[in-house]
Amino acid sequence: MNAHAPIPTLDAGCDIRHERGQRAVFCGLTGIVWLHRKIQDAFFLVVGSRTCAHLIQSAAGVMIFAEPRFATAILDERDLAGLVDANEELDRVVRRLIERRPDIRLLFLVGSCPSEVIKLDLSRAAQRLSRSFHPDVRVLSYSGSGIETTFTQGEDACLAALVPEMPRAPEIGAPALLVVGALADVVEDQFARLFADLGIAEVAFLPARRAGALPAVGPDTRILLAQPFLTDTARALEARGAERIAAPFPLGSEGTTGWLRAAAEAFGVPAERFERVTAPGRARAAVALDLYRDRLANRRVFFFPDSQLELPLARFLSREMGAELIEVGTPYLHRQHLAPELALLPAGTRVVEGQNLDAQMDRCRAAKPDLTVCGLGLANPLEAEGLATKWSIELLFTPIQGYDQAGDLAELFARPLKRRARLEV
Amino acid sequence: MQLTLWTYEGPPHIGAMRIATAMKGLHYVLHAPQGDTYADLLFTMIERRDARPPVTYTTFQARDLGADTAAIFQDAVAQAYERFRPEAMIVGASCTAELIQDDPGGLARALELPIPVIPLELPAYQKKENWGASETFYRLVRALAGGTLTPRDGRRPLCNVLGPTALGFRHRDDLVEITKILGALGIDVNVIAPLGATPADLGRLGVADFNVILYPEIARAAGLHLQKTFGQAMVETVPIGVQATIRFVEEVAAVAGVDPAPVLAGAPSRLPWYSRSVDSTYLTDKRVFIFGDATHALAAARVAATELGFKVVGLGTYTREFAREVRAEAALHGIEATITDDYLDVEAAIQAAQPELVLGTQMERHIAKRLGLPCAVISAPIHVQDFPARHSPQMGFEGANVLFDTWVHPLMMGLEEHLLGMFREDSEFHGAAAPSHLPRHGVEAPVAVEAAPAPASVDPILVTWATDAEKELKKIPFFVRGKARANTERFARERALPLITVETLYDAKAHFGR
Repeated sequence: MNAHAPIPTLDAGCDIRHERGQRAVFCGLTGIVWLHRKIQDAFFLVVGSRTCAHLIQSAAGVMIFAEPRFATAILDERDLAGLVDANEELDRVVRRLIERRPDIRLLFLVGSCPSEVIKLDLSRAAQRLSRSFHPDVRVLSYSGSGIETTFTQGEDACLAALVPEMPRAPEIGAPALLVVGALADVVEDQFARLFADLGIAEVAFLPARRAGALPAVGPDTRILLAQPFLTDTARALEARGAERIAAPFPLGSEGTTGWLRAAAEAFGVPAERFERVTAPGRARAAVALDLYRDRLANRRVFFFPDSQLELPLARFLSREMGAELIEVGTPYLHRQHLAPELALLPAGTRVVEGQNLDAQMDRCRAAKPDLTVCGLGLANPLEAEGLATKWSIELLFTPIQGYDQAGDLAELFARPLKRRARLEV
Repeated sequence: MQLTLWTYEGPPHIGAMRIATAMKGLHYVLHAPQGDTYADLLFTMIERRDARPPVTYTTFQARDLGADTAAIFQDAVAQAYERFRPEAMIVGASCTAELIQDDPGGLARALELPIPVIPLELPAYQKKENWGASETFYRLVRALAGGTLTPRDGRRPLCNVLGPTALGFRHRDDLVEITKILGALGIDVNVIAPLGATPADLGRLGVADFNVILYPEIARAAGLHLQKTFGQAMVETVPIGVQATIRFVEEVAAVAGVDPAPVLAGAPSRLPWYSRSVDSTYLTDKRVFIFGDATHALAAARVAATELGFKVVGLGTYTREFAREVRAEAALHGIEATITDDYLDVEAAIQAAQPELVLGTQMERHIAKRLGLPCAVISAPIHVQDFPARHSPQMGFEGANVLFDTWVHPLMMGLEEHLLGMFREDSEFHGAAAPSHLPRHGVEAPVAVEAAPAPASVDPILVTWATDAEKELKKIPFFVRGKARANTERFARERALPLITVETLYDAKAHFGR
């Protein structure tokens, strides 16, 4: 089960379908909720409607009161009347915000559906405001609108906006590693230790924990994606000369090993050293995963689309925990970035890109899965219909990557099944 | 443009969803971009509903904008009708769809569905959630209400109960209390709406003799329409608190022509005696700050001042539609009302008023926590804990009992306060000791967990932590850190490891799991 398969480049064998219709997904604004925790001196100002503000407070839950570093500039009628006025209004709001929060070093103007539809030019506004607050505050913009981005794509848009800001790396002919995608600090530290033990000396992470500490990028940069939803960020980095290392994503023991191995190979780490450095982690993950395998083996799992993490998660559940996959929904499928994952999925796995909610719910009900991975809008209704569910948003807020979180990841899926078995009422 | 960190109300289409979700046999097709489905989870998570709200979203994306979003909308309406076969539909646009100017009403009408399809105009850039709920309910009632009043001829009086919605603060339990009171008065209930009503039920609204408006923010407009159309009288007194409930009973009885005495006989609420009992003496002139929707803030101010003997030092609402009433009530207490939807203004007002108790919404709960003040929740917006499993109305005589308990519990009980005064210098009761329900000032819970000494005396093998392992432990969230520490030390002792390294920490984690 834990054998390391070679990583082919074809998505041979998966049954990939596309679906259009009603979608029950978050918009990219939601990414703010974890991004602002990661970049500690950045502030996210959504330019949108009351709906946008309401969404963020619903998603952020109780976090909103711990001096949050995000807010919404709510458009009203007067702003819709003429664009010039809206720009002046935006400047006024930003000035007030920066007076209130002088600790801010980086301000993101985040576009929403309303601001995109009225074509409020936030990139020009960002340039203008950057000039007026120079050198204290840098102002950037990206879109987290629902019409353009789905959930985690908000992080992609944010990181892609950072890429032009990254300093140029000097060309010294030796490769440097850039790990891309927001990871929990504890996970980032674990990976940093592993890369150091492997002898990869030059390692940086994007996003950095502080806005001023952006890593450099250049033709010597090798990028390793830690998250599967970074299409635009990877493209922007590649445009600056960086080369992407193809790898599965570091979920589960096998994924983590495959991910580290791809980096090790790109950096010429001897196989013997790779085995020695990763052995303790693999051994620990094996112990940890054993605790949950009985609970998950042969369980039939159905994924609704949410974050683009679905493919790597399905691969982990099927290969390392012995689960059976009924359908793996994903909001968007980047064939190239996900090729190593597709290759590891069991032949014939049904992968559905996009969504037609009612049809998909019909398929789910008909299949009667043992576990359904879905958003919070669907979870309780499906539970009430007798299906065990795992709400998917938790997978974004919990540290799940790497060897030492493999057990936690399995536990997230095992817990609802254990609970269902436990309850006698 | 308004800088907003927190909003008391959602956009108006959320109000429309609250009506649609409250009802049965009604479906809402909402022209909205991908992502607006977030609103579903307010109902499935916060209110813990066991079914999806009856809402179909068009969830258009950028690539659809160049093409025909109107066709997407029409398809959505047609498919929703086929799938759900509702008795009636409401159609409308969310804030973004309002900008792209498809006409939901006209597009839906063109489909010529064999059911009433009611278009909603909800101006998302001017109005908010409660207005959206009120407008939606009014439109539904205007479109569907029918029936004719039949002569009394000795039959029991008949009334409608209007106002309770989905996602309403204690609406479920208030309704139980009000229905009980109406039953005891010998009054029959014709229709309760929108909660639990079908479009067909709305068709029978005209049959009743009069209407009871429980939440004016939501049902007043509909009630006025019914008054005009069917000549139905309207009882608007909000029965929150003992006196207000008595007034409510008397008014309902007068309108229905029945005798209120049996319902008011005896001691229908425990609040008056509890409030008079000597333990409550210490409540006299406790400074209270009140903020919420207008209905609950007004009721709370009256109960606080006249039924619990508090001193109202602050009163406000985010419901601008009822600002006049709230200002008038504040004037009675010799204060100026706080009318705002900016929680920072509320925070400033609370700090300035220096209250000893805050009655408010979820936001005031957080503000009070930050300021170290006791607090109870009296109004939406609310979080999941304020949709309790137990019966906890705000209205009626039982509601008054709930109010007494809920508001007094965050305060120290009288005897406790007395003891604090007597034994002021004792270590348990010194000046810096906070009430037992508040976190200890200056000492954060996580530190307290950390400080718990390992039971070294139980086990003779002494384990020590390497510096980097100690640092790694700190990265574990505080609420599980104590357990991780104990597990790691047990793991190390069982294996006679004298030094805990980062590896030991993770070995132990793998061994024990979660």
